[in-house]
Amino acid sequence: MPEPEAFVIRGATVLDAAGRRVADVAVRDGKIAAVGAQLDGDRVLDAGGCLLTPGLVDLNAGVGEPGLEEAETVASAARAAALGGYTTIVARPDGDPVCDSAAAVRELRAIAADAACRVLPAASVSVGAKGERLSPMGELAALGVRLFSDDGHGIGDARLLRRAFEYAAGLGVVICQFAEDRALAAGGHLHEGVWSSRLGIAGIPAEAEEVVVMRDLALARLTGATLHFRTLSTAASLAMVHSARRRGLAVSAEVAMANLLLVDADCAGFDPATKFRPPLRSVEDRAALVGHLAAGELDAVVSAHTPHSVEDKEVPFDEAAPGASMLQWTLALGLTELALGGERQAGEVPGAAPVGPGPGAPVAVGLAELIGALSWKPASILYGTAWRGVVEPGAPADLAVIDPTVTWTLDPGQGASHTRTTPFAGRRLRGRVRHTIVGGEPVVLDGVARR
Amino acid sequence: MKHLLGVIGQPRELLEELLQLSDSFAEVNARPIPKVPALRGRTVATLFFEDSTRTRLSFETAAKRLSADTLSFSVSSSSVKKGETLRDTALTLEAMRIDAIVVRHASSGAPWQLARWLDCSVINAGDGWHEHPTQALLDCYTLRRHFGSLDGLRIAIVGDIKHSRVARSDVWAFTTLGAEVTLVAPRTLLPPSLEGWPVRVSEDLDATLAATDAVYLLRMQRERQHEALVPSLREYTARFGLTRQRADRLAERTVVLHPGPMNRGVEIAPEVADLDRCLVLDQVANGVTVRMAVLFKLLAGSGADAVAAPTLGGADA
Repeated sequence: MPEPEAFVIRGATVLDAAGRRVADVAVRDGKIAAVGAQLDGDRVLDAGGCLLTPGLVDLNAGVGEPGLEEAETVASAARAAALGGYTTIVARPDGDPVCDSAAAVRELRAIAADAACRVLPAASVSVGAKGERLSPMGELAALGVRLFSDDGHGIGDARLLRRAFEYAAGLGVVICQFAEDRALAAGGHLHEGVWSSRLGIAGIPAEAEEVVVMRDLALARLTGATLHFRTLSTAASLAMVHSARRRGLAVSAEVAMANLLLVDADCAGFDPATKFRPPLRSVEDRAALVGHLAAGELDAVVSAHTPHSVEDKEVPFDEAAPGASMLQWTLALGLTELALGGERQAGEVPGAAPVGPGPGAPVAVGLAELIGALSWKPASILYGTAWRGVVEPGAPADLAVIDPTVTWTLDPGQGASHTRTTPFAGRRLRGRVRHTIVGGEPVVLDGVARR
Repeated sequence: MKHLLGVIGQPRELLEELLQLSDSFAEVNARPIPKVPALRGRTVATLFFEDSTRTRLSFETAAKRLSADTLSFSVSSSSVKKGETLRDTALTLEAMRIDAIVVRHASSGAPWQLARWLDCSVINAGDGWHEHPTQALLDCYTLRRHFGSLDGLRIAIVGDIKHSRVARSDVWAFTTLGAEVTLVAPRTLLPPSLEGWPVRVSEDLDATLAATDAVYLLRMQRERQHEALVPSLREYTARFGLTRQRADRLAERTVVLHPGPMNRGVEIAPEVADLDRCLVLDQVANGVTVRMAVLFKLLAGSGADAVAAPTLGGADA
């Protein structure tokens, strides 16, 4: 990164883990130098009418490298992320080859050095994510890898998962599990239910996820491990995680933005852009996920950004690869469909008129709950409790400045990501990232990426 | 009407119009030379991603009797796996200026995707487990010819509903035309959810047959026993097959239908398949008739030879 710059962000409403207040923020040497009224500086970034939040943190982003460079690169993914308000993304270790060695971690770090935002490697739990033996977790943890995940493969073998939990417990790292029972999900492409039955597409039952959540919670209790569930999608899964946490287990869960916005009925047109994994679930599941988010019980909302080639989506639904391009749109989709519409009190958000909840939103989500689940809550899973998620002097200057009044249309062709597939093309969106500051450098300035 | 993708959600009026139109073409098919110039100069392509000689022949015969040019594309799934996407294949066909594509695909929904990419008419000749609209129309037409009407008719659809595009289309077509449908199958062969389906469900074939005007037997695929959906074909036949004993107990007026090809000895006993009450060959003959009606409905009037209508003896062009 070039020399850190010094500037003042003026006129924003600061929204962070400590609450909401109007303040100017001075940035110097990569850190926040001062927070207060009427700060002066040689250079001023206008943020009048905007929200200023700690930068967004994505725990689950596919970056295309290594192996899928035609569909995405670290550079293009990071640019899309920065334009979407992210200051840190964690690269899923599901490339080809899988990130399971010190060399692979160093390689990704080297590629990411010039990226528009921080791109942190996660590593697989097992070598090659094959579920046979453990990757060198100690060596990788010493390199700073915090999240371990076999992602799409999941860890099916209960004995291996137990060993991974036990081994990880002493390293202070987090084991992430993609919860999908392979046998129950086999051959499925859509949530099993009314729509899979009607459309004649093999379903993935909610129970394929829930039986794994149930088992893994038992193993986490047995081992005292720190467990993080990848992209949960059902009401019962979240209820189990919530109650396990109340019983004192170190367990967290993320939900993908797509599952907060869409349901299985949205697949009725057989558009491969609506194919996700986990699948879009029922109306009731979606309502429960949004309910957890609104209640502040969700640990993280992730983009689950998934690069793929065009050919992967110009095929029938059951042959199509799941996932979509999400990094650049996740925040704006959440603001539009879940949060901004729900702002009842005029003036609570600068410039936001009080309007009804977003189209089809089951309940309105508070801005603090949405931004928290996109920013400081996932950051605390990634960095530990030392991360306060507060805009205060001395904190790293990883910041997002969001203009909640801008309305615009999602045009995937205008995105920075090389992967264009999205079920949200053409949606009218409300709220847009104006500036993104990473380590004190404005990587996005007035909506334009500078890296 | 540009495409025929499915019957689910289609209004009764449209189904009845197509059945009435089929009557006109039945008259054509009864002539010594069963051919009319209705679609002269039009080109109909069959695009089959899955082998089905019977359905393809039926469509091609229908097109030829309407004087359309036909061409057939066989896309074995292996060549598609080599990298050509569904969209590539569709655009290749389109470039040949074809008026209608008749598509069969192992994936549910493929005809809907094609219809989004193409300007020509798309006719679904069966997609995955989803829909088979012309089969439903020919089944309705066969029952209507036999009974006069489907109103109040009690129809039992027996067998592997879960994996059957025929069952999905038939359920909606039969009930839209006024029939009462009972699905007879073990839970493993039913869709996971029947919410919103206008049907009754039973696992007791004998009780159902006692109050049924038409028994629709579905083809039971041998692989199902390997997927633990049924313990064995023998047990399937014992519980859900139309054995000779069961056929003997059927009421005089009860008829038997099957989409073909039949597994004699599995879902239907060999002798039962040859009984007069078994309408399988009527279904095949009617298949050509209703497919003529569908092609005519979609393609005539958009530039086709205007002499078509008068030669049909009053068919609604």
